[in-house]
Amino acid sequence: MRTVRGRRGTGEGDGPGPSGVRRLAARLRGWGGVTAMAAACALTAAAVLLPLAQAAPETGGPPAVRPPASVQVAPDALWGPGDTCENPEASLRPSTVDGPTIERIRSAGKLVAGVDQNSFKWGYRNPDGHLDGFDIALVKAIAKDILGDESKVIYRAIPTSQRIPALQAGRVDVVVRTMTINCKRLEDVAFSTAYFEAGQQVLVPKGSTITGYDASLKGRKICFAAGSTAEAALTSRSYGSVPVTVPNQLDCLVRLQLGEVDGIITDNALAAGQAAQDPSVQLVGSPFTKEFYGVAMNKDATDLVRRVNKVLENYRAGGNDSPWMVAYRAHFEGVLPKAVAPPEPKYRDG
Amino acid sequence: MVVTSRAPAPGGGPAAPPAGSPAAAPRRVSAWAEGVDQLRRAAVTEPGRLRIIGAALAAAVLLFGVVTVWEISGRVAAADDVVSRSQPLSADAASIYRSLADADTASSSGFLAGAQEPREVRQRYEKDIANASRLLVSAAANAAAGDSSRKEITLLGEQLPRYTGLIEQARATNRQGLPLGGAYLRYANEQMSTVLLPAAQRLYEAETGRLYTDYDDARSWPLAALAAGVLALAALGWAQRRNYHRTNRVFNHGLVAATGAALVVLLWLAVGQSFARADLNEARTDGQESLKVLNDARIASLQARANENLTLIARGAVLAEDKKSDKYDVDFTTNMKQLDDGLARALRLADDDSGRSPVARAAGGVAQWKQRHAAARESDLKGDYEGALPQVIGDADHKESSGASFDTVDASLEQAVAHEQKEFTRAARGGLGALGGLVTGAAALAVVGAAAALLGIGRRLSEYR
Repeated sequence: MRTVRGRRGTGEGDGPGPSGVRRLAARLRGWGGVTAMAAACALTAAAVLLPLAQAAPETGGPPAVRPPASVQVAPDALWGPGDTCENPEASLRPSTVDGPTIERIRSAGKLVAGVDQNSFKWGYRNPDGHLDGFDIALVKAIAKDILGDESKVIYRAIPTSQRIPALQAGRVDVVVRTMTINCKRLEDVAFSTAYFEAGQQVLVPKGSTITGYDASLKGRKICFAAGSTAEAALTSRSYGSVPVTVPNQLDCLVRLQLGEVDGIITDNALAAGQAAQDPSVQLVGSPFTKEFYGVAMNKDATDLVRRVNKVLENYRAGGNDSPWMVAYRAHFEGVLPKAVAPPEPKYRDG
Repeated sequence: MVVTSRAPAPGGGPAAPPAGSPAAAPRRVSAWAEGVDQLRRAAVTEPGRLRIIGAALAAAVLLFGVVTVWEISGRVAAADDVVSRSQPLSADAASIYRSLADADTASSSGFLAGAQEPREVRQRYEKDIANASRLLVSAAANAAAGDSSRKEITLLGEQLPRYTGLIEQARATNRQGLPLGGAYLRYANEQMSTVLLPAAQRLYEAETGRLYTDYDDARSWPLAALAAGVLALAALGWAQRRNYHRTNRVFNHGLVAATGAALVVLLWLAVGQSFARADLNEARTDGQESLKVLNDARIASLQARANENLTLIARGAVLAEDKKSDKYDVDFTTNMKQLDDGLARALRLADDDSGRSPVARAAGGVAQWKQRHAAARESDLKGDYEGALPQVIGDADHKESSGASFDTVDASLEQAVAHEQKEFTRAARGGLGALGGLVTGAAALAVVGAAAALLGIGRRLSEYR
């Protein structure tokens, strides 16, 4: 049951898993999408609620786990990182109590943030040469809360491979860099609550006959980054598409513009960055995986984790005019579907 | 060779009628058989024998001359090809190879500088592309159909416009501030390093292979000519010994002159070819081999620089095969290793101080480059991209950039290549010069020798009148 939950109800994993689970998954699929989803949801709920009910007996106040705000997944093709732990998105409860990490940042006078400078609309250099994007806006909000000034930040542009080493070595205080929360990373770093929900989606030129991650991919050349979730998904179910692998998701847009591929599968958050650089492409179909981005911090900086979660509480608050909604509209208007609400936070105790 | 019978008295008739003389049958005999018959009849009288010997001696000396002219013309043509055809073609191929690598380096340098792309960097790129295109055209004109070079030239001709298209797209996108430009540049670099540069390298190797074939042709010993010379001298020696035994005269002036002429040609041939071989060997070992090593080192340095730039352009977006390290940083390290090895070999091959000093300067530049690169890389890894960038591309406050070290290395290698090219041309021209005049000289001396032999024999013949 635990493994089934870890695999988000499908058992279709790229990682190693008991073959029984796969058989179960196959049978689940055999029942048809709706039944499978229902079964998966039931298992998920049970797996999440049971241990938490034991761990946190106190009642009153908000429920420990809330369902995600908008679960929009393609039936019959649910896909996710092969998580092996329970509820990776759940973070420490928010608090404004200062601890040693906050004290250290205050005395340094600057927040050191690890960001991307290569990811359009998330963390990138705008034509003025300044860092800009949805992630950068969040870094500013954190700096303003802790130091009272959103400009008191030292930005460190770090490559993907350096995110965890930089946190562990204390070179950065926070990493806000489209970083997906998962169990493997939780062994090395701590995450805030989720600040964005992303999923794999299909990006095609406007007017393409491809309608999403479905049978319309048959015979078409589909591009994705090596080692990505998309690669695992297409290996498992290709719908007859011809795979083209590139080192980085942005390389897919180059191939698409040159006419070497017919479509791209990538995380919709990154796809938004691609669509923003080329108005002639669009996202089609619905996301067929679900992953959450979180602010990563040093594992021992529990005071900072709680503080960032508090910042996020405020960031999400305010309905349609919340800072989160404002930043979303500022960066993703026209390239991502209109946001209904930020993802709801999940908390754990201890 | 031993003469056993004294010559019969002058005017002596035939000793015996030849067996099977055409007495009975008025059968038609072939011209050849008739000739042989005449010869056989002549051979029984001394003047007849002398006539045959004279003709044979003249023929042997002439044959020696003809074979010498034929073999040496081939070697002169090959040596001439080395100097004026195959080496320039090999140098052109090296230049295509270098221009392409240089264009890739220049485009990445310009890209890193962004919208403020320095004019000279852009000009360097344009010059490289123009140079490569121009040399490709002349290489195509010199490549025979079905040649392996032709295939590479076609491939380069097809792929170069595609590459420049990608570069322009990368620049245009970069100027709009879109990260997509970097992806285009990386794609262009991939085309360059996986398609264009390997083809240029194969072209360079094919042209250098042709050069070495020409070398071997020019250097090979003219064995047939030497053998013909020895044969002619032996025949002349035999005839003079026979003459001495028959007449007790020590010298026959004509034959002595013929022997002298043949001896001069043989010595000239042996000595000239030895000198030519020595010079061509020097051109090859001191010039061409050094050129190859230096060219390879230069390509390695250019690729290392392009990868250093791309490390900053890709910003960790592409990982190496181990899935941890940055691809371009790993490639940089590999190129630097090749550069180190190449410079060490070039230093061993350099045969004089003026050859060694630019290589040593390049090696010093490499050491400095590595230091500065390490410092820049450290800043970059710490997240200080804005600090790392000027350490690599340099600006008013950062004169001591890794780019400046690269420029030192590049300039020193250019000097070293120019020096070795000069060495090569000097030695190869020397080799060609050593064979100079041999063809005409051998032809003239052979004619003189043959005439002298005939005169010498004629002198003896006149004694029978």
